[in-house]
Amino acid sequence: MRQLITFIRKEFLHVFRDRKTLLMLFGLPIAQIILFGFALSSEIKNSKIAITDYSKDPVTEQLINKIASSNYFDIQHTVQSAEQLQSAFKKGDIRMAIVFPANFSNDLTHTGKATIQVIADASDPNQATTITNYITRLINDFNTQSTLNAGLPLQIVPEMQFLYNPELRGAPNFVPGVMALVLMLVCTMMTSVAIVKEKELGTMEILLVSPFKPIYIIISKLAPNLLISLVNLFIILVLSAVFLDLHVKGSLLLLVFDSTLFILTSLSIGLLLSINARTQQAAMMASLMGMMLPTMLLTGFLFPIENMPLPMQMLSNLVPSRWYFIIVKRVMLKGLGFSAVWKETLILTGMSLLLFTISLRRFKIRLQ
Amino acid sequence: MSSTTAPPVIVTDKLTKRFGQFVACNELTFQVSKGEIFGFLGANGAGKTTAMRMLCGLLKPSSGKAAIAGFDVYTQTEKIKRSIGYMSQKFSLYDDLTVSENIRFYAGIYGMSIPQIKSKTAQLLQELELEKEAKTLVSDLPLGWKQKLSFSVSIVHEPDIVFLDEPTGGVDPVTRRQFWDLIYHAADRGVTIFVTTHYMDEAEYCNRVSIMVDGVIAALDSPTNLKQQFGLDNMEDVFYQLARNAKRKAD
Amino acid sequence: MIKTLYFLLEKEFRQILRNKGILRMLIIAPVIQLILLPLAADYTVKNISIAVVDNDHSTASQRLIAKITSSGYFKLTGYTGSYQAGLSLVENDKADLTLQIPAHFERDLVRENTQKLYVAINAIEGTKANLGGAYLASIITSFNEDIRVDWHTAGSATGSNAPQISIASSNWYNPLMNFNLYIVPAILVSLITAIASMQTAFNIVKEKETGTIEQINVTPLRKMVFITGKMVPFLVLGIILFTLGLLVGWLFYGIVPVGSFLVLYASLLDYLFAMLGLGLLIATYSGTQQQAMSLSFFFINIFNMMSGAFTAVDSMPDWAQAIVSTFPPYHFIRITRMVMLKGSGFADIGPDLAALGAIGLVLNVWAILNYRKTV
Repeated sequence: MRQLITFIRKEFLHVFRDRKTLLMLFGLPIAQIILFGFALSSEIKNSKIAITDYSKDPVTEQLINKIASSNYFDIQHTVQSAEQLQSAFKKGDIRMAIVFPANFSNDLTHTGKATIQVIADASDPNQATTITNYITRLINDFNTQSTLNAGLPLQIVPEMQFLYNPELRGAPNFVPGVMALVLMLVCTMMTSVAIVKEKELGTMEILLVSPFKPIYIIISKLAPNLLISLVNLFIILVLSAVFLDLHVKGSLLLLVFDSTLFILTSLSIGLLLSINARTQQAAMMASLMGMMLPTMLLTGFLFPIENMPLPMQMLSNLVPSRWYFIIVKRVMLKGLGFSAVWKETLILTGMSLLLFTISLRRFKIRLQ
Repeated sequence: MSSTTAPPVIVTDKLTKRFGQFVACNELTFQVSKGEIFGFLGANGAGKTTAMRMLCGLLKPSSGKAAIAGFDVYTQTEKIKRSIGYMSQKFSLYDDLTVSENIRFYAGIYGMSIPQIKSKTAQLLQELELEKEAKTLVSDLPLGWKQKLSFSVSIVHEPDIVFLDEPTGGVDPVTRRQFWDLIYHAADRGVTIFVTTHYMDEAEYCNRVSIMVDGVIAALDSPTNLKQQFGLDNMEDVFYQLARNAKRKAD
Repeated sequence: MIKTLYFLLEKEFRQILRNKGILRMLIIAPVIQLILLPLAADYTVKNISIAVVDNDHSTASQRLIAKITSSGYFKLTGYTGSYQAGLSLVENDKADLTLQIPAHFERDLVRENTQKLYVAINAIEGTKANLGGAYLASIITSFNEDIRVDWHTAGSATGSNAPQISIASSNWYNPLMNFNLYIVPAILVSLITAIASMQTAFNIVKEKETGTIEQINVTPLRKMVFITGKMVPFLVLGIILFTLGLLVGWLFYGIVPVGSFLVLYASLLDYLFAMLGLGLLIATYSGTQQQAMSLSFFFINIFNMMSGAFTAVDSMPDWAQAIVSTFPPYHFIRITRMVMLKGSGFADIGPDLAALGAIGLVLNVWAILNYRKTV
């Protein structure tokens, strides 16, 4: 036991002497949480649009004012011709053009129906759909208002309540997502490179021929990263509470427990990667090139997993951060308890046990 | 092997290097003649590495003068680099390149033409008896061969001087002897050898030896003369005598 | 000087090509990711799961539910009698929203001429919440119209009493709303970014760590030539990867660039210039490979999340947009999408191209000055 402590102490010294890496280890989550928490949102605001009004009547004026005062739109300029429109789109200056045809007010007065032309730049389909949707809602509101004004009977009024995140801020979705992403990538990267570095330097040989059990060596390698990640977790939680008004609604203990489990899983992945890598470069490449994008896209905070084709959904089940993301949302944002996350916790436990056992077995006594 | 009438290829005059308040090298003054094997000794922290870096044109001195192969260390570092060779402690061969690829690379960097490179490579491989290993990766070579190859690569462009920074660490005595044979051959051809080492028996192989202690040159003469001067019968004792009171312990 | 560059490049390429593992990671892994990952990326909100709490059980409520389920937007995942049960479905992510139809809805609608419906939406993910709410609202409005027409034939306002405006919308440049057109360039740029900056940094720091850089410093090889020799292989790699990416995009996703290849590749060069500079800069600040990796990861992660690849930059607060405008990937992603999807030309992408050039200049000059001082 004392041997283990000696080992762990040595590993800690290694890590804490490298100031630059330490800076990144702590600075990265801090910078990212603050940056992403404040900057990212899934709402689409301030879309640059162009309006052309050929009709110029009170109704169009009213509508244009409504659009201008909405913070979803940022009216850029008017375009007078189709060429100008093309050019504006091609320059990326606007995402949508709204055209009020010349006989707009005529049609409205005489037939009670008129049509507005809306042209969306669908090179970003999501944004196109969303701002088309915003315009539609705006017009619908107008229509509803005029219906109400006309005193129609049988009014059904839906009352909407937004749960957990009434202001539709981006932070509640992105902070748990970034937590999962960063914890996982950093753990994997740091662990795999640290172990391979010793292999490269040759000091691993010394460790392996010593009478110490391989499991002690492994634990001592994982220990500093585990601690650093837990500290990071706390920093993230504190920052989210202080700066982003995002508090842990549920049990902190449960969150820490599941986070530790997740960290262990990530460390085990790092361990596994380090076994096959012969150089630090290979280890780093495997973690960064191999894992970054898949983790980012399959965790579920950028794109909903339910939307993905079945094979991709199955693939995402293999990504530990996907399960952790669910746990964080449920415990931190919804305030639920163990009964709501027992399944995900079990999955994480299984993953870390499996990965750890495999790594331990493959951690050969003899060097390749 | 050399004589004091040969022209000096290294001339220093009160060469000094300061890092803030710390004086790493203090008014070093000495000369090395062409074809000489000059041993540059000193304890850890004495200032050897700093001095060598100044002579190689890697570090600008704080004060004093020095000329390498006739070129000034302040203003003509590019010309110095063309005239010297260097073999570092880490051998500085590329592990993931083969023997002939390493030779080719360094020869090319020093401006040799392709035909020259080809003939030089063949010559080196023959001298080192590495013909069969021409296409072997350096990482697969035993340590002793790596060292010999490293030395040969450092003089591939036939420089006037070659600087060797502790070249024989970690090999068996037989290989060390063979390495020094290479050094003798090079010195015979007129290459000046400037070597630092911790092996005192190697000090005996040099024409002259200087011993640095705490940033100054505490002794400079042939091994025979030094032994006589101190009344000791081997260089190790001479070194011990000079260095044991050194105040600085590490670089 | 050209000759020494030649030998340097020869060595660099030999080293890279000899390293099979790295080659696999640099070419094969990106290509595989490029083929598979776009399948995962789709913002289109469909299959929103809704739980209905029907306390009315009337013809009207049944009709509303039928309308909802047949709309194609929603999937009915719960039909309960209590609000609590509905809420717990939302808690457990079994339902994205609940609709509560109060008791006596139908009866009271006729009697009091107005009734409320209660909708509770899981708003953690803003887009889904917004769209879900919007779709439901429009279905309810339409249902409202149906009812009015059916129950109240006389005097229903279809004429001058209530003017109604409709929208004719068209989608340009991507009429089929193919999300791959949006995502594939993003993934491609993300991969190239990682390689260009990270690999360059690593490569240079490795020489620092092993000590071969000391040897290089003693040779007459000029620092500028050395730096160039270190960056050129990754420039080539970046171009190869980009080309492979375009091929994959065409073969697997039917994406054919609308704009000119000249514009595309010129922008690529401009971009790689900036990213290689970043790699060099990172290398000058790193003493070990681990440090280089940490620094690279920092930047790459931020680029991935904030450059507009997967999240919208327009929606960010002004200060964040200002920061993002200094990120090279932001400009290059914009350029790639504009050129590939809209056929934008040099004049159109001018501002972005210039920004890339300026950033690249700053990075490279800073890196070179730093290199001269410290290496």
